[in-house]
Amino acid sequence: MKIKALMLAGAMVLASGTAWAGCGYQNEIPIKSLSAGFEAWKSVTDAMAECGNFEAELDQEFRTKQPAAFAASPSLYHLGGVSNGTITPLINEGTIRPLDDLVEKYGAHLKPNQLIRIDGKIMAVAMMVNTQHLMYRADIFDELGLEVPGTYDELLEVAAAIQEAGAVDYPLGATMQSGWNLAQDFNNMFVGYGGTWYDDAGNPSVNNEAGIRTLEMMKALTAYMDPEYLSSDSTYVQQQFQQGKIAMANLWASRGGAMDDASESTVVGKVEGAAAPLAAEGNPPATTLWWDGIVIARNITDEEAEAAFRLAMEGMDTEMVAEHNDDAIWLVDGYQPTRLAQGAIATAIHNPPPPAYPSTTQMGLMHSALGNQLPGFFTGERSAEEALAAVEAEYVTAAKEAGVLK
Amino acid sequence: MKFKTFAAFVAPSVVMMLLFIAAPLVSVFLQSFYLTQPVIETVEVETCTPGFLEQTCATALRTRPVLDENGKVQTTTTFVGLQSYRNVLEPARAWDAISGFDYGALMGIDFWRALRFTLTFTFITLPLVILAGLAIALAVNNTAKAFRGQVIFISLLPFIITPVIGALSIRWLFVGDGILTRMIEGWTGEDIAVFAQGWSIELLMLFYRVWHVAPFAFVVFYAGLQGVNRDAVEAAIIDGASRFERLRYVVIPHLMPLIVFIALIHLMDAYRVFEEIIGFRSEAHVISLQYLTYDLLTPDDAGNRSVSRASASAMLTMVGIVILLIPLLRRTWRDHRGAH
Repeated sequence: MKIKALMLAGAMVLASGTAWAGCGYQNEIPIKSLSAGFEAWKSVTDAMAECGNFEAELDQEFRTKQPAAFAASPSLYHLGGVSNGTITPLINEGTIRPLDDLVEKYGAHLKPNQLIRIDGKIMAVAMMVNTQHLMYRADIFDELGLEVPGTYDELLEVAAAIQEAGAVDYPLGATMQSGWNLAQDFNNMFVGYGGTWYDDAGNPSVNNEAGIRTLEMMKALTAYMDPEYLSSDSTYVQQQFQQGKIAMANLWASRGGAMDDASESTVVGKVEGAAAPLAAEGNPPATTLWWDGIVIARNITDEEAEAAFRLAMEGMDTEMVAEHNDDAIWLVDGYQPTRLAQGAIATAIHNPPPPAYPSTTQMGLMHSALGNQLPGFFTGERSAEEALAAVEAEYVTAAKEAGVLK
Repeated sequence: MKFKTFAAFVAPSVVMMLLFIAAPLVSVFLQSFYLTQPVIETVEVETCTPGFLEQTCATALRTRPVLDENGKVQTTTTFVGLQSYRNVLEPARAWDAISGFDYGALMGIDFWRALRFTLTFTFITLPLVILAGLAIALAVNNTAKAFRGQVIFISLLPFIITPVIGALSIRWLFVGDGILTRMIEGWTGEDIAVFAQGWSIELLMLFYRVWHVAPFAFVVFYAGLQGVNRDAVEAAIIDGASRFERLRYVVIPHLMPLIVFIALIHLMDAYRVFEEIIGFRSEAHVISLQYLTYDLLTPDDAGNRSVSRASASAMLTMVGIVILLIPLLRRTWRDHRGAH
């Protein structure tokens, strides 16, 4: 029975690739892409596949593969899916090409907002923005008569009330898996306390009041979480929401659509979004702004680059957005913000707005150092000062090795 | 055997070993003394990124590598001596911690934290694997011939499973909302979080490794048991030796070379513990030396990777294995010479 259903589904996928093509033309040049694996990328690459001769690799580990794959000659992939964090090595090593000509030829419909310009040249075309913001179970809030928290102090009170009422297993979820996720959670809160990671000369500046207050707030929040929070990534938090185990989380906007996916969620229509809470009054919300988009490899022929760009434009068109409106906060024309997008939008238009995650070499080093050294604070092995001192020490060692710090 | 025949049989494997083991080892050894850095320039760059409604452009100082005329990053390679080893070992901080009897500070340095876990893991699993393997072998040897095949097959199953897959399965069974955790929580009424503290993760890792490797020890011991001299055993029975005494004075001495062999293999394997760290997502609580090397080699979002430090860490891991193996190798060497 199951096998039959699978075969049927497979047959339909094949059929959609050829006979029932939702693509305006037939792509003749084989094109490969490597991107992250979240829902929006699935939608975009599926739309590209309708033109034929296209192979998409969706891999959450894309960030470790991309720099080496694009440095090969010829490049192992034609198209890359990147964000403001992961475009850095491609820009630095010059393995992606400027897109000005191609935008002129095929991208007349693109909004100026979508064109990522570095040093005056278009290096990437963005398709969506992403940010971590507050998602909460509106039904539980209504039942208990709770207000949506605007600051983290309020959030702690709300969490205590939910804990007391015993409405869910754990009031809070968080993307705090040690490594990249934990470091990003720190970054968000650090922004909220007005911190900057390093100065103009590249010297670290996290072991200060903002850093310590950040860690203390994060620790206070963990009291309301699943005790295994140090191994909880975005997918895990999404599942905790879907299975009704948590009531609040500062989660990626790109995960919003999954809450209303009836095939895997038990809380359809019950999760709402709000702006990322403030850590301190007058500061930006405690989060960072991200964009996701496509880049094209340098080490491929111009014909391949043209075909790849044309394909990408087909994948990022209004038709695709109309079909997958809730998968992301699309920048593409035709996007209709729905209730799940309200939180991300409220976050982005807050005054002062949260900063964009910096695409710099230093930030990459800082992010790794934070991810490696902060877990010791949460397991209780180190004090906040010791953990932050260890972060700075690792950053300095790595930055000297990378040659960005004398 | 004629030397020529011998050489013809051995040559392919020697060539492979030179190519895939010796050459990379020499390369890693050399890299641990050199540091390759890109040539860096700092320039003012205007970057435009999307906001939700409109674009924001910002001009900032940007450090970036200089590209040569072929579009490749220009690099310089300098001899740095033991600097990379110092960066991994942090001898000054470690010495301060040791001389101040500050265990916490010593564990604050990644290398020493990893070494602590790697050694504990290796030395605790070693006797357990040998004992468990021996116990299964003796049990199987004593079961009726009719069932032996099935019992052997079932005992071997854990060894067939790919280590990473095995580790992931164990994690999924014991994670906060895993099937086993839910079952135990149902019986005891307590909230159980195995992956929330270091000691319970380590226990689970020890259990997993013994479960996974014991079948290998079992197979080797079982083969050895088939060669036990029956006359000696019968003589021991006639002399009134108990079951335990027969095991202690006849069977174990017979199996001794195999026990040394298992110990050798296991020390080498356990010292390179890695799959458990990844599978159990235990980086926050415990890391191993092999994981440390892997982590240093993994590029971050900006594409930086610490090849020199990773090489130093890999060399230190190898030195560690060699030190552990010396007593066993000396024993084998003595036996070998004694036999001739």
